[in-house]
Amino acid sequence: MTDLTLDRTLAPLRRQRQWKLPPVGASLAILFLSALLLAALAPGLFTRIDPLAIVPRDAFQPPSWAHWLGTDQSGRDIFARIIHGARQSLLIGVAATAIAMAIAITLGLLSGLGGARVDRALGWLLEVLFAFPSLVLALLFVAVFGSGVGPLIVATGLGGAPGYARMVRGQVLAVRNAGYIEAARALGHPTSRIVLRQLLPNAMRPLLVTLTMGVGQAIVWASALSFLGLGARPPAPEWGTMLSMGRDFIANAWWLTFFPGLFIVLTTLATTVTGRYLQQRLEGRLP
Amino acid sequence: MSTTTPAVIDPRRERLVALGRRAAIRLGGGVLVLWAVATLTFFALRLMPGDPVLAILGGPSANPTPEAIEAARVEFGLDKPLAVQYLFYLGRLLQGDLGVSYSQHLPVTRVLVEQGGATLELTIAALALAWLLVLLLTVVTAGRGRVVGGIASLAETLSAALPHFWLGVVLLAVFAFGLRWFPPAGSDSVASLVLPAFSLAIPLAGFIAQVTRESLELTLEQPFVLTARTRGLSDLAVRFRHALRHALLPGVSLSGWAIGALISGAVVCEVIFSRKGIGRQLYQAVQAQDMPLVIGISLVVAAGYVLANILVDLLYQWIDPRQQEAAA
Repeated sequence: MTDLTLDRTLAPLRRQRQWKLPPVGASLAILFLSALLLAALAPGLFTRIDPLAIVPRDAFQPPSWAHWLGTDQSGRDIFARIIHGARQSLLIGVAATAIAMAIAITLGLLSGLGGARVDRALGWLLEVLFAFPSLVLALLFVAVFGSGVGPLIVATGLGGAPGYARMVRGQVLAVRNAGYIEAARALGHPTSRIVLRQLLPNAMRPLLVTLTMGVGQAIVWASALSFLGLGARPPAPEWGTMLSMGRDFIANAWWLTFFPGLFIVLTTLATTVTGRYLQQRLEGRLP
Repeated sequence: MSTTTPAVIDPRRERLVALGRRAAIRLGGGVLVLWAVATLTFFALRLMPGDPVLAILGGPSANPTPEAIEAARVEFGLDKPLAVQYLFYLGRLLQGDLGVSYSQHLPVTRVLVEQGGATLELTIAALALAWLLVLLLTVVTAGRGRVVGGIASLAETLSAALPHFWLGVVLLAVFAFGLRWFPPAGSDSVASLVLPAFSLAIPLAGFIAQVTRESLELTLEQPFVLTARTRGLSDLAVRFRHALRHALLPGVSLSGWAIGALISGAVVCEVIFSRKGIGRQLYQAVQAQDMPLVIGISLVVAAGYVLANILVDLLYQWIDPRQQEAAA
């Protein structure tokens, strides 16, 4: 009885404490991701320089006041290119994660709900997909369907899908027999409604954090493919492509590769830190 | 299990037998997966546009006579129904025949034999280096208070976020072009292995160290650690001889995944450092649309990956006998 009253008096306090400002690292990470999102939506806010404007006499300028992060072999401003590249990099990361998740949810739901035989067959299919390291799976896809941004997104998504599918399946199995599912069944809800309204949201909640980090990982994998020359075509301000182009000048002009890579690192780092912070926040609700 | 076996049996031998049984089961499963992989790639190849005979006779650039095409069609059994062709394909695979690369005009098997060693060398060096870094970093710093832990954990998170390709390029700029300590390219000397191995190992070490630190910190709070300390063991001895074995488990189970990440990273690193190896071959084959080579390398990589995962699984059982009892 005393416990109950104690809980009642403590509950609002706890909630208040949860809403305090996140720690320094997480704040910085969230700030960086917000700035990146803003750059993706409105690059004009950060720079007025055209990312594609070629100025031959400004080629290979080291970082300076006029060109914060220097210029590349054609005199294009690297800061402007990175800012304008944010949209494409984020888009690729989010789209690839979405594709990976769509495949994973389909496979995970089917194998979690389709009965033992379907589960075994899909488990086997996953095992087969797992036999390929992600970049090899993505390269295989690019070899069959050609390079470019579209195949790049699908290839990155495909590379990540088996891992997510295994997680979704585990979650579906864990949630499948929960009390609220039984309650919904007892109330006579159709299966489709139970799956969409009860099962999926509850199975997905713990995966949200993984998804946040997944976007960062997808950006890295996609840039790796772009770096190998299998993604966005060179003049486009895509981070992996910029890095790849700068590689030829690495001996004399380090800023060509250093800064695009730095932004990839910062983005991954920010998604990881944010994801981990969210995980801690949600921990009480995790199974 | 232990209740039914007589006490005279040596427990160590019993463990080995159980481990052997487990290995046989896993190997059987692995063979099944590889068969599925091979089947999948066979039908993927058949779905590809273009005549497979032309591919065999030297790719799109070759210009064979109609007689040569007909002869090759009969020789490779391509005039037979698909099911028969599939059996032929499996038969050739079992004999180690993966077809002919049409960008290099060499049997795929020969390319693999010539290049595989370099990749194996690189991935093993990187894995060993990564574990060395993990052990140094975690065993020394775990449970040493907030400041040390915070700094180490920051270093781990940061290194886990470093993409191989960027790290490789930065290492190249600093240590090969700037300081000239190591050669920028090639694969002939031990010195040329250092930079690629580090650029593969550092991000991996970051990942493994995060898990290992967490589990080591939990382990150090266990009663048996206190027992060891009361027996007068030094701090390092407690950490290395008692705590480590428990704390290694999550890291070891991550190593299976790590091998996949290493192979993916090897592709990138071999390209950056112009190293010999099947990763760079795969990259070049994709660019040249050389399907036999792409498929051959993918198959072998898949086989290696499956095998490595089985080994990791067995290692895991060996380190933690509790797993074995749970499985038995």
